[in-house]
Amino acid sequence: MLKAITKTFAVVAVVSTSLFAGGMVAQAAGGGEAKPETQNWGFKGPFGTYDRPAMQRGYQVYKEVCSSCHVLDHLSFRHLGDKGGPFYDPQFPNPNDNPVVKAFAKDWTIERIDQDSGDPYDDTGIPADQFPDIYPNAIAAAASNGGAVPPDLSVIIPARTGGADYLFALLAHGYTEAPEGTTVGEGTSYNKYFPGNQIAMAPPLFDEMVEYADGTQASTEQMSRDLVEFLAWAGDPKMEVRKKVGFATFLFLFIFALLLFMTYKEVWKDVDH
Amino acid sequence: MSGHSTYEPKYAAGRWLDKRLPIVRFGVDFMGFPSPRNLNYWYAFGGILTLCLLAQIITGVILAMHYTPDVNLAFDSVQRIRRDVPFGWLLQPMHAVGASMFFLAVYIHMFRGMFYGSYKNPRELLWIIGCLIYLVMMATGFLGYTLPWGQMSFWGATVITGFFGAIPVVGESLQQWLLGGYSIGNPTLQRFFSLHYLLPFIICALVGLHVWAVHHVGQNNPIGIEPKSKSDTLPFHPFYTMKDAFAIAVFLLIFALFVFYLPEALGHADNYQRANPMVTPPHIVPEWYFLPFYAILRAVPDKLMGIILMFGAIGVLFVLPWLDTAKVRSLRFRPITRWFFIIFLVMCFVLGWCGAKAPDDIAIPIGEHGMSFKWLSRIATLYYFAYFIVILPVMGWIEKTKPLPESITKAVLSGDA
Repeated sequence: MLKAITKTFAVVAVVSTSLFAGGMVAQAAGGGEAKPETQNWGFKGPFGTYDRPAMQRGYQVYKEVCSSCHVLDHLSFRHLGDKGGPFYDPQFPNPNDNPVVKAFAKDWTIERIDQDSGDPYDDTGIPADQFPDIYPNAIAAAASNGGAVPPDLSVIIPARTGGADYLFALLAHGYTEAPEGTTVGEGTSYNKYFPGNQIAMAPPLFDEMVEYADGTQASTEQMSRDLVEFLAWAGDPKMEVRKKVGFATFLFLFIFALLLFMTYKEVWKDVDH
Repeated sequence: MSGHSTYEPKYAAGRWLDKRLPIVRFGVDFMGFPSPRNLNYWYAFGGILTLCLLAQIITGVILAMHYTPDVNLAFDSVQRIRRDVPFGWLLQPMHAVGASMFFLAVYIHMFRGMFYGSYKNPRELLWIIGCLIYLVMMATGFLGYTLPWGQMSFWGATVITGFFGAIPVVGESLQQWLLGGYSIGNPTLQRFFSLHYLLPFIICALVGLHVWAVHHVGQNNPIGIEPKSKSDTLPFHPFYTMKDAFAIAVFLLIFALFVFYLPEALGHADNYQRANPMVTPPHIVPEWYFLPFYAILRAVPDKLMGIILMFGAIGVLFVLPWLDTAKVRSLRFRPITRWFFIIFLVMCFVLGWCGAKAPDDIAIPIGEHGMSFKWLSRIATLYYFAYFIVILPVMGWIEKTKPLPESITKAVLSGDA
């Protein structure tokens, strides 16, 4: 009798577990937004690195297109020339000396305080400056953009479910005709990847919007890809060094574990257990 | 169990010190602690947990040098740690992933204790101190998750401190006292930071008691019978120091996998968005290690009842030594209860799954409408409590257990241990 109960419970446990797994698959198929396609990013995987020319083009897209509304809250100009950054130059280990970074910083206007009078004045940026705010506060940002605050882009990839794939899909393929029967609210656009499908950002990228210095064709898809590469770095600038140190750590721990296992066996060799 | 001290100082200096402060004797006796010779790898988690606690404290103390507990600066200071502080890119994920690893290890440690009956006479207090450590760990984990001041930090803290508001009569004033105001704000963040720094040292003190207790009553073992002769035990060092060291190295490999390659896998994307009291995230979910309790909370429609059940789910662990009426410790010799235990384990995972999903979504597509997560979590909650309150007491009385081996040595030599 008890054995029968035991068996029944075992069967119930197995069946219910497989049912749960089935439920999970059904779950994934639902939802109102399209699921972004998985892209083959070079920064994925245990040895992934950022594509430097793509990041550099991405910075150009950010500067010429996105930066009119979106800030890079957590970046300074010097970060662009950090090791692993888009404009790193081994000749200038200190990014503040990097002429490319200096030139970029000069493209931006920074408000400073005159040290004699205390009056604010406008100056060109230096590498140590942060990317400046665009709006004085969140209310002003919302008021200028139809009620929606344009999000900070420096952590946009880690801050979105789906990360790089999501952002690329949204920019490159998301803006389509709304399906019949869908009403798109005023001041918003239909985007099939955006949660709720109504996005306050008008389609930001058009073919040939920027002119790449390296001659790459600036298609919407290319610009989206380059921008995502740049923003992926901006969101996780230490990824390359982290993965490198991670590999060395793994190697060390693996050998260390092996040695410990052999020591353990040696210590226990005369004990039955 | 501790036996007589075997330490003999070899040199004059050693004798001088031993007479005044027998610290070396203490260390030698501590490490020579007689341990059952049949402990398996599940028994390595005590050592692993000690390492987790130390790692959290060391990384945490350094992070606190760079972190700023202010609602306007907290989010930025965490980003600055990850970007500009030397090795901040390593320390911050080590601390965040470390919390998850700590809970992973503590859950394995607790399930191990439940399977081998390690809470039974004379180890009731050892178990209860362990439960207290777990409770303080949960508080510390919750407080720590608030500190980065992301969306999930803020809204998770809003939900959890809201529990106290549901307590009749004193609830509202208690909640305000905890928050330092009418809603979560700067005073909340500052006190959460202060307490997050304090509680780990309380955990240290409790761990001291826990280790003291285990050294006094001795370790339990997979067959759950007490060592009877000298051949049943081995000195902790070098036998278990080496076994534990190997287990720790394997655990660190898993730890490293998450720190270096999957640092975001256990977090939530919303926590990279600055806390915004005006925008509620579509799904507020706690960290994975709280999900089963979150599912129990949401299983009942009444808020107060849900909170009572949720705290009851932890509270019931404290009385487990008296709920389990069986004389036999290890589930190895309890052929039916072990299956109930395995179902209990499955139900804990089911509760975790339910906690991560929206209550009204369909979990299992059966019947006309399918079963929602709400109903699935109700079934699992029922089983969770039934296991402790009905199954364990009743099985202790009616189950016919398998015969126990005569001694640990005999069991080891016959290959049953």
